[in-house]
Amino acid sequence: MSRLLSLYRSTLGKKAIVAVTGVAMLVFLVLHVIGNLKAFLPDPQLGVPDIDVYSRYLRSMGTPLLPHGAALWAIRIVMLVALALHVVCVVKLARINHAARPIRYHRRRFVEATTAARSMLVTGAILLAFLGFHLLQFTTGTIDSERFVEGAVYANLYRAFHEVSIFAIGYVLAMGILATHVYHGAWSLFQSLGYDRPDRNPGLRAFALLLALGLFVTFSSVPVAFFSGKMPVPPDSKRVAAVKGGG
Amino acid sequence: MNFVLKIWRQEGTGSGGAFSHYEVRDVEPTVSFLEMLDTLNEELTESGQEPVAFDSDCREGICGMCSLVINGQPHGPIPGTTTCQLYMRHFSDGEEITIEPWRSSAFPVLRDLVVDRSAFDRVMQAGGYVTVHSGPKPEPNSIPIEPEVAEEALDAACCIGCGACVAACPNGAAMLYTSAKVSHLALLPQGQPERYARVTAMVEQMEEEGFGSCRNYAECEAACPKEISIKFIGRMNRDYLRAALREPINPRGKMESQ
Amino acid sequence: MDLDARIPSAPIEFMWDTHKEHLRLVGPRNRPKYRILVVGSGLAGASAAASMAAMGYRVDCFCFQDSPRRAHSIAAQGGINAAKDYRNDGDSIYRLFYDTQKGGDYRSREANVWRLAELSTAIIDQAVAQGVPFAREYGGLLANRSFGGVLVERTFYCRGETGQQLLLGACSALAEQIHAGSVTMHTRSEMLDVVVIDGRARGIVVRDLLTGKLSSHAADAVVLATGGYSNVYYLSTNAKGCNVTATWRAHKRGAGFANPCFNQIHPTCIPVAGEHQSKLTLMSESLRNDGRIWVPRQASESRSVDEIPESDRYYYLEERYPRFGNLVPRDVASRNAKEVCDQGLGVGSSGLGVYLDFRDAISEYGHDAIGARYENLFEMYERITGESPWNAPMRIYPAPHYTMGGLWVDYDLMTTVPGLFAIGEANFSDHGANRLGASSMMQCLADGYFIVPLTIGDYLSRHPSGDVTTDHAAFSDSETEVRDRTERLLSIQGTQTVESLHRELGRLMWQDCGIARNADGLSRALDEIPKLRERFWNELRIVGSGETLNQSLEHAGRLADFLEFAELMCRDALVRDESCGCHFREEHQTSEGETLRNDRDFSHVSVWEHRGMDHDPKLHREALTFEALPLAQRNYKT
Repeated sequence: MSRLLSLYRSTLGKKAIVAVTGVAMLVFLVLHVIGNLKAFLPDPQLGVPDIDVYSRYLRSMGTPLLPHGAALWAIRIVMLVALALHVVCVVKLARINHAARPIRYHRRRFVEATTAARSMLVTGAILLAFLGFHLLQFTTGTIDSERFVEGAVYANLYRAFHEVSIFAIGYVLAMGILATHVYHGAWSLFQSLGYDRPDRNPGLRAFALLLALGLFVTFSSVPVAFFSGKMPVPPDSKRVAAVKGGG
Repeated sequence: MNFVLKIWRQEGTGSGGAFSHYEVRDVEPTVSFLEMLDTLNEELTESGQEPVAFDSDCREGICGMCSLVINGQPHGPIPGTTTCQLYMRHFSDGEEITIEPWRSSAFPVLRDLVVDRSAFDRVMQAGGYVTVHSGPKPEPNSIPIEPEVAEEALDAACCIGCGACVAACPNGAAMLYTSAKVSHLALLPQGQPERYARVTAMVEQMEEEGFGSCRNYAECEAACPKEISIKFIGRMNRDYLRAALREPINPRGKMESQ
Repeated sequence: MDLDARIPSAPIEFMWDTHKEHLRLVGPRNRPKYRILVVGSGLAGASAAASMAAMGYRVDCFCFQDSPRRAHSIAAQGGINAAKDYRNDGDSIYRLFYDTQKGGDYRSREANVWRLAELSTAIIDQAVAQGVPFAREYGGLLANRSFGGVLVERTFYCRGETGQQLLLGACSALAEQIHAGSVTMHTRSEMLDVVVIDGRARGIVVRDLLTGKLSSHAADAVVLATGGYSNVYYLSTNAKGCNVTATWRAHKRGAGFANPCFNQIHPTCIPVAGEHQSKLTLMSESLRNDGRIWVPRQASESRSVDEIPESDRYYYLEERYPRFGNLVPRDVASRNAKEVCDQGLGVGSSGLGVYLDFRDAISEYGHDAIGARYENLFEMYERITGESPWNAPMRIYPAPHYTMGGLWVDYDLMTTVPGLFAIGEANFSDHGANRLGASSMMQCLADGYFIVPLTIGDYLSRHPSGDVTTDHAAFSDSETEVRDRTERLLSIQGTQTVESLHRELGRLMWQDCGIARNADGLSRALDEIPKLRERFWNELRIVGSGETLNQSLEHAGRLADFLEFAELMCRDALVRDESCGCHFREEHQTSEGETLRNDRDFSHVSVWEHRGMDHDPKLHREALTFEALPLAQRNYKT
């Protein structure tokens, strides 16, 4: 523990923490998007979208060994801790970096630094804000609570993205920001953890690019599909409620 | 060639600074950037103005004394080149050239374009050596070193300690410098006994000096006059994390009573 | 002036060992009581400071740069000799001794040269142990190459950056001692006086270059490792800051100055491009291993390089010196370059340059092999000149590079002032009238790692420690002198910049005391230098104060010393009425234009005693003896 604390105190250690928590969040994102894609699957039984079944599974995951919802909460807690560490370390590092150059250059020309790399703090902050919004919209249903029905994932998506165009556009934009953040982050984490090598770097770069593009395309496909009107209308609310009651 | 120079002037550490504009005329393209400044300084002196202070010594790109951020780039626009080996033929006639000192809280400005880089020395003093005193030593050929390894160590060891990496880094980090120093010895068999103690001590000193942190921009590599690769940063990170997580803490602690 | 070199009486092979066995020692418990000041942090200074501190002495080290690692040793490119005989080509201590003595044209002290050759191998061991990444063979063993005018491969190297790596090694040892608290490092500090009390060196006065503040430092011994004085020519391969100040001030305090006229002009430098040039860049001499030096046979040559046929190319070194060809010693190569340029055969816009051509080497060994050897040098050349050596021959011209002369020292490296030691290029001891390639670093490190740390103990053991403090009046007197001089420089308020006056001195010295000298030119220089000095003290203009960083003021102080020293240099060149090594007196040459020594009258070290600027200096002579290696005329022709 004291080792971890002393690691946390150093900038290299903080970078390593940012990298490890970044990996955790990337894994989460990949799993998340796999779940999202279930919106495109046909209903396994009439009136029950596949993604709603998946949503129920998430809550019942780990039962009967664990109480209902426990595994999901465990994942949520892990992710929240990872996010908190990620943000706290980044903010602390940003302060150190800011203090390291109190007087800015009058004229500055960058040679190597990509826009993605230089905008990590901005994209990170936007993503954090987006995350808050996203949770309020689709987890707690606080935003737009009149349309929101807990557990009716497909219906919620339909209403949000098909009926309110600004949500669809906003989500696609946010995924663009996410891709930019991941493009630099997924490459940089290898350096922070010391796994980069000149012979591996082209591969690592390609990996980061593919990951960023893949996340963008898959995440964006859901709001785009709903927005386009090609997605089937969800089953009516009563049946949804009945399904919910059964779960 | 004629140029307009916009040069940062500052009386001393702590006093405020500002840009001054100067015109230099009839500069030969074969003249080096510092010689152009020498000429400016002679003209300033003749007209009773204080010359611009800037550091330089060897003027052949190896001592690492010269600095200057020229048009927003440390050591100017030509890759792999120190300011002293930058020639005016690389600029276009009539150009306005902005000249600033290294900007880093770890490198306070001493006067005009001269900064204090003693932070680098303290990083070295923290552990950038093999503890070996003068006297008879083992026959060097008794420890063969693959030429590739020796070459890679030299790639790191050829750092001239100019500080361009810090000046170029958007975060003012000294990671390229420190990692080059750490890697030089970490690669060689002679550096193994103190490898993990060294990286820990040097990184700690680096942080104490107030340098920023690495965000993998690679601006340092682009600005480095010796074109030292950022691969050494990853190397140092690996060694540092290993030292922090796996190696014994304070391995010499028990030895001190001997 | 006592010029007893204190050479041990033993056969030359056993001299150093015998001497070490009889040196008095300071015990480990007593060493911390002694304070030693080391001025300069190059190879000699850094290695000496680190070695002595590791032994337990309290050391203060001073340098004018912002970090010890920036001393100009860092710029040495080619390599370092050691008589390891790894190549099985017949090398030995004797042969390195022989080459050094012969290269120096028999004007150095045999005992010192032998010791240098003997210690050469230990330097490599030491450097490798510090982590200096010397070039290696495929099998992992150390690689060697041949270097400048010798017939064996004994030079160890790190690409073209050997000096940098050796200095970083020495500075890492210094860093360790600074960290341990046994060395106090003073950067941006310039030594401006040696304080001599009761005939012994007891400290120095130093100016802080950032604040102008003077400080006194008392000690039990002072070691000067302040390099050479090639910048007397203004343009040289030395760093801008290199200067004679420390050794000159020591000289004015009683240290004899030996052979000041012996200075080496390096044959392979990039030619001068224009009036405002501030320095000359050396290209490693290793280029001569594969490059062929030539000029057009016709003075009126107007064809481009490619159009000049083989028959019209004058490979003057190969024709004149068939055995050594392009690898003749530096002085021979330099003088021949000057000669062909004087004949109007020179190339380039100034006519002061000769070709160094890799065309044949590239076609013989291939682009890759030549690239592996010289790529970084080719890049450096192209960076400076804008021309690529792959497409056209390089142009080179000689430039002042190294000064063999320096403070006279005895076998213990102590000057004529007891307690004042001089090591590295600052002393005169090992290179005679010409230094062999790849041996300057060898000497610096032998002095610093292995010699002075031992011999200084012998001196210290004879004296009580710490019996003088800076309260002594000699320190305040010295500070006052230094302060007055600085104020005088600032108060002249004339019209000339220090650069312009230095350029004038440089031109004068290059003209009359350069590659070739004669009595008329030297006499003229002796007339002109005092006039220039007077103009300096009347016409100099420095803007700014003495209480802040003022680089013109620093430069002016150094130029003031060069202007005094230049006179001694010309005087020495005039008095040495013979040709030897780099000192080529046109009056004394063979029918083939080679140096013609006069061993009967000049087999000695000329040591000058300062008697105030109003009096001529007094010449003393240390006779040189040649027992291990009998005198012979240097001959690089057959």
